[in-house]
Amino acid sequence: MGRYVARRLLQMIPVFIGTTLLIFLMVYALPGDPVRGLFGDKGGSPQVIAALRHEYGLDQPILVQYWNYMKDMILHADFGTQIASGRPVTDVLGDAFPVTIRLASLAFLIELVVGIALGVVAGMRAGRLTDNVALLISLLLISVPVFVLGFILKVVFAFELNWLPPNVNDSTNYKELLMPAVVLASASLAYVTRLTRTSVAENLRADYIRTAIAKGLPKRRVVGVHLMRNSLIPVITYLGTDIGALMGGAVVTEGLFNIQGIGGTIYQSITRREGTTLVGLVTILVLVYLLANLLVDLLYAVLDPRIRYA
Amino acid sequence: MTVIEEVSVPSPREGDDGPLLEVRDLHVQFHTREGVVKAVNGVNYSVNAGETLAVLGESGSGKSVTAQAIMGILDMPPATIPEGEILFRGQDMLKMSGEERRKIRGRRIAMIFQDALSSLNPVLSVGYQLGEMFRVHHGLSKKDAKAKAIELMDRVKIPAAAARVDDYPHQFSGGMRQRIMIAMALALEPDLIIADEPTTALDVTVQAQVMDLLSELQREYNMGLILITHDLGVVADVADKIAVMYAGRIVERAPVNELYKRPAHPYTRGLLDSIPRLDQKGQELYAIKGLPPNLLHVPTGCAFNPRCPKAQDICRTDIPDLFPVTEQDRSELVGRASACHFWKETLHG
Amino acid sequence: MPDVTKTDVKKTGAADPAGATPPMTPTASKPEKARSLWGDAWADLRRSWIFLISSVLILVLLLITFFPGWFTSEDPILGDLAKHYLQKPKLSDVGSADWLGYDQQGRSVFARVIYGARASIAVGFGTTVVVTVLGGLVGMVAGYFGGLVDSILSRLTDVFFGIPFLLGTMVILNSFADRTTWVVIGALGFFGWTQVARVMRGAVITTKQADYVQAAKALGASTPRIMFRHILPNTLAPVIVVATISLGIYISAEATLSFLGLGLNGVSWGNDISDGGNQIRVAQWIMLYPSIMLSITVLAFIMLGEAVRNALDPKMR
Repeated sequence: MGRYVARRLLQMIPVFIGTTLLIFLMVYALPGDPVRGLFGDKGGSPQVIAALRHEYGLDQPILVQYWNYMKDMILHADFGTQIASGRPVTDVLGDAFPVTIRLASLAFLIELVVGIALGVVAGMRAGRLTDNVALLISLLLISVPVFVLGFILKVVFAFELNWLPPNVNDSTNYKELLMPAVVLASASLAYVTRLTRTSVAENLRADYIRTAIAKGLPKRRVVGVHLMRNSLIPVITYLGTDIGALMGGAVVTEGLFNIQGIGGTIYQSITRREGTTLVGLVTILVLVYLLANLLVDLLYAVLDPRIRYA
Repeated sequence: MTVIEEVSVPSPREGDDGPLLEVRDLHVQFHTREGVVKAVNGVNYSVNAGETLAVLGESGSGKSVTAQAIMGILDMPPATIPEGEILFRGQDMLKMSGEERRKIRGRRIAMIFQDALSSLNPVLSVGYQLGEMFRVHHGLSKKDAKAKAIELMDRVKIPAAAARVDDYPHQFSGGMRQRIMIAMALALEPDLIIADEPTTALDVTVQAQVMDLLSELQREYNMGLILITHDLGVVADVADKIAVMYAGRIVERAPVNELYKRPAHPYTRGLLDSIPRLDQKGQELYAIKGLPPNLLHVPTGCAFNPRCPKAQDICRTDIPDLFPVTEQDRSELVGRASACHFWKETLHG
Repeated sequence: MPDVTKTDVKKTGAADPAGATPPMTPTASKPEKARSLWGDAWADLRRSWIFLISSVLILVLLLITFFPGWFTSEDPILGDLAKHYLQKPKLSDVGSADWLGYDQQGRSVFARVIYGARASIAVGFGTTVVVTVLGGLVGMVAGYFGGLVDSILSRLTDVFFGIPFLLGTMVILNSFADRTTWVVIGALGFFGWTQVARVMRGAVITTKQADYVQAAKALGASTPRIMFRHILPNTLAPVIVVATISLGIYISAEATLSFLGLGLNGVSWGNDISDGGNQIRVAQWIMLYPSIMLSITVLAFIMLGEAVRNALDPKMR
């Protein structure tokens, strides 16, 4: 097990370097300039621009810039400076992350509880009316784009019914976060439902379920212990990898509900061509994603004794 | 169709008056997209305490479906039981509530399945799965249940039981896994065990060990045993009586020795003739021609007629009753019956 | 020759653990694997209501895409502010320019809904083709050659997969002022190929072990021949499923990018929904109808993928 973790951590290094380099290259190699962007349409004097470019190291070759950036990040936990505000990127991230983590956690909880419940109900009645209704709901959730769903919920629950506020002003207020969390969770929720449904329906036909019934176990034990213990393994795997996706996918949701989290910061960084901020954000998202994947793999071995990592 | 009352072979260990389990005129159908499949069509058999009934047949003969109907583990739907009774100690289980039946399962009637690897839960330790019986049915604590599980594993001769109780099914060999299945069935000392092809998935050498263990334990606890198999070889040593099934019906019934000596149905004869024998080494092995019937389109008349070497016109039109089999002097042969229009010719010819 | 020997009886007995499945269900469809898989799949598809509904929807969408003039004679770009500013829908006038109302520039929402289909369909199909070819190639090479090639390609796939999809495409599209269909397809394809590559790699590795592939190798068949004649046909099923479902996802992604102001220039549902979002309190119809069309379109492709998956993968039933 220890060796497996070590090998996985080693494998993560090239992927980590690859993703950061890729995003770095994309931000800097594509046309546009963050410094010029500072001055808007009027444009600053060439001397000022050149001086600023030098200050931020933008006049150096791209790979040197990358090297310096990564060195500072790893050695000093220094993610650079947000050019627009002049604040260290770590400060910006420190403000944005807790907001997104609260939003993503709530979304995760919704997707976990509702998704699994719906999937179990559908899987237990595979092929019947309940199953088809659940299938329809999940297909709709996958099909209606996030921003459309956001608009619809806003119109219905905020403007028409006045139950929930249309925008989030205080990200620690979970009532305000509820609607955005539902929107953020929707697509993943549908996948969790489908996955649970398939897994439950498949395991329900397994021989060991027949054995459990033949043992005279009560139904809630057959389902709760024997069926669930097996059916939820792939679902948990998916949920684990989804943690990173929820955080990265918050761009649209945060924009819709005016939430000042990672998504909003990412969006601003992209449109303002703020390379340093963007690379910092992506680096952290990638780390979350890689570690979540590793955790899922390890969890898999705990849940399924047939899997042993050497 | 007249139903022949079965006369069971007297058993030296017989305790109660009536049979332990009696299946009466059982019908099971599956409703599929292609149509209604009549898997079991009027099966009658009975088992006494301490007695072993072997149910013999190819796949699709209805032998396993009958067993699942007895256990109450058929998926309904698609399966339905339009007719019949399953009497356990005189009470019709088909009329019982789901909860009443659940309390019989595992405690009074237990089942051993063919493939222990897929029949045991892969993610739970064998100790947990064995102990579960005591926890659910007897309300034992986790700790006591585990002790009982170790005891059971010892009983079925699993070496180092205490050390292996927390292992998972995939960590055991095929024979050991089947022993665990047997231990699970025995856990609550049931009155009746149904073993569905208990040794088919095992190596030949292990088959005999597992079979011996099963019959030894059966004798020890004086249990009734229904042994479902397609293998005549397995049956000979352990069974008291045999019911041969074909296309959802019993085609022949006899005490085990008599069936081997003098089959009264061409299908049974075919099965016996296709067993390889040492004294016939080098000769071509007999084989029943044709394929088992498609249960959606069972042949009219006797279902076996397209494969039967003795088939006449009547076989293609009339379904034969299960006739009592008698000697030439008309003296009755106890416990024998054959569903063949020409049973006399088959038996005596 | 005798048809059934004793051993055959034994085999069929073993294949049927407890007789739970009545024997007439054709569980043993092993011979002629490829042909019967597609044949069975087609027979299944024709019976599936999901397939029927989605193919009718997609057919209509394709007609709208290629022949928008059949559905409306109104111009989607020129508006008449004076006459039609935020004019309410006349829902009884089915199919007329007034039917679904007008937007803040006096343009017919119905005409824009009709002409907006082209962008979505073009991006959806274009990206799917790019992703399938690119991902299929990477997956095939990685799976077939294994070893170092596989390690490198797999890590490369991990790298592209590690960057959140929407985020990556946003960075690319932000650099282009003129975002044509090709640019959007390129950006989506650049980050989208990883899933097909992974599915393909898995399928190739499985198929590679098959006896007939080993036989073809032993007989000296060339590498491209083994890859495309022997392995490819057996990897198509999972790739087709992924491609069909992702077609819907790409249409949704294009609209999302438009909503973020980084999508196609020109008439598209995403742009209209985004514009309509600003009028959401006074004129919901501007947003509502393109949203409905968009959702139906995505739904149609996802349903098609679902039906194809069910048909090709009997385990899902």
